[in-house]
Amino acid sequence: MSDISEDSVRHLAGLARIDLTNDEVTHLTAELSKIVDVVATVSAAATDDVPATSHPIPLTNVYRDDVVTDDVLTTEKALSGAPEHDGSRFKVSAILGEEQ
Amino acid sequence: MAKAKLMDFDKALELFEPVLGFEVHVELNTKTKMFSSAPNEFGGEPNSNVTPVCLGLPGSLPVVNEQAVRYSISLGLALGCSIAPSSRFARKNYFYPDLAKNYQISQFDEPIAFEGKVDVELSDGRIVSVDIERAHMEEDAGKLTHIGGATGRIQGAEYSLVDYNRAGVPLVEIVTKVIYGAEADAPELAKAYVATIRDIVVALGISDARMERGNLRCDANVSLRPRGQEKLGTRTETKNVNSLRSVERAVRYEIQRQAQILSEGGTIIQETRHWHEDTGATSAGRPKSDADDYRYFPEPDLLPVEPSAELIAELRAALPEQPAERKRRLKAEWGFTDLEFQDVVNSGLLSELVATVSAGASPQAARKWWTGEIARIANAADREPTELITGAQVAEVQLLVDEGVLNDRMARQVLEAVIAGEGTAREIVDAKGLAVVSDDGALIAAIDQALAAQPDVLEKIREGKVQAAGAVIGAVMQAMQGKADAARVRELVLERAQA
Repeated sequence: MSDISEDSVRHLAGLARIDLTNDEVTHLTAELSKIVDVVATVSAAATDDVPATSHPIPLTNVYRDDVVTDDVLTTEKALSGAPEHDGSRFKVSAILGEEQ
Repeated sequence: MAKAKLMDFDKALELFEPVLGFEVHVELNTKTKMFSSAPNEFGGEPNSNVTPVCLGLPGSLPVVNEQAVRYSISLGLALGCSIAPSSRFARKNYFYPDLAKNYQISQFDEPIAFEGKVDVELSDGRIVSVDIERAHMEEDAGKLTHIGGATGRIQGAEYSLVDYNRAGVPLVEIVTKVIYGAEADAPELAKAYVATIRDIVVALGISDARMERGNLRCDANVSLRPRGQEKLGTRTETKNVNSLRSVERAVRYEIQRQAQILSEGGTIIQETRHWHEDTGATSAGRPKSDADDYRYFPEPDLLPVEPSAELIAELRAALPEQPAERKRRLKAEWGFTDLEFQDVVNSGLLSELVATVSAGASPQAARKWWTGEIARIANAADREPTELITGAQVAEVQLLVDEGVLNDRMARQVLEAVIAGEGTAREIVDAKGLAVVSDDGALIAAIDQALAAQPDVLEKIREGKVQAAGAVIGAVMQAMQGKADAARVRELVLERAQA
């Protein structure tokens, strides 16, 4: 059985900025535990000679040349999907936080 | 903001040992960003250097800039680091609109470079070795402007405006190991360490390294532990230190502030602090807390970076000389005395002199400008000399002196105008009609006029009182509004006396 507790679910929800009711926390604790258990069976199958991987395709050093391309957007186009902008900058609500 | 009580620096050191650590961010000067083909340029219309990747638009995918990887490896090698045969990018998750995708692509457990060492020279010539923990690649964040708060800071702001031009600019973050034993040199070591990193990246040509533009940024970690105690004290991390001088002042301030709190029985809160250049103080920022759970995980959109041994060898072979070696060479090439050279090094102006000399000025002339007039103007304006003017601009003024177009006084005037942004030295000379009058006819006419007012001068000179010529030279300079070549005027007066 995994060690997913209601507290860890609340912590995760806080980090993800999701507001959960108590019922939802109970429900998700059980569901997440099941998911973690399933992943654990995969871990059990992997032996020491199987290295951890972060990508399904065994490629390395996929690079781009240091050249400006026509992917660059006009300022107008860059702002076009934003709900609000002020001049050429995006406008967002005041955030109670700081740069990381 | 109430200014904190500070303990006297010497007393603080009697009671506590300062323990340091630095994180220096270096913006690489590649043509394009770390993961997108948008231009990597400072300034410009907000949101004009962005691609869908910079904005985190759905479906956009990052691709690594090969040049940025090469620069990062070169920097790692110059820091004496080992280069990881395989390194990986990771997502650092957080919610803040300086990056649109809610995470920063960085490196976590597999940085490209690790375990290095940098020799840092203090002003008295002592060398301190600083151990480097790691150097990793990441992307810079966008720039936020908070609107509506009384001070333009985050507290009380009604909304914020975001410019993503800087988002995705390639960064290398250099992290030191914990630095013990700096003692009273701690503030100076902080400054000298950042200056050394700056010299290294400038010599490598991989960053513009202009601190006032944020190309090079230092976060200084400071903690104190009581003498005789083994356990480390709680540290603070001071950000927003945008000049070499501020790095030194900020570390000194934190030592004095923390010592005062601890000696009163208080506790240091582990937090980010912001340095304020104007008040010379730090203020509390964000406390380190639960929210600092960045949930790093391998970036699934990018593949591992595995530099070949050949590439590493190639970049190692191309490394510039070590800073200490470079200093020895420059001192010999320029023929400076120990004192002259140390003065330049301590002012952090070595690279500026190199640029000035390579643009055509003599080393002595370059030194005089930077440690004299420019340092004076910078000091009066409470700014860094490097913010005011470039080496090439200084050389242009000096060349006009060498050509005899300007005398010293006029050259200073032109330099001030260049600093004020009035144009290039030659443009200013033209616009202000500043060239020295070297037409003997005009000078002789002015000398005649001066002699008419002071008829006994020639007689005095003939009697051997050559200094009497000074009165005539002064009168001529005044009559010609300072545009005369004083040396030529003197020659003409002496010739006249002998006629």
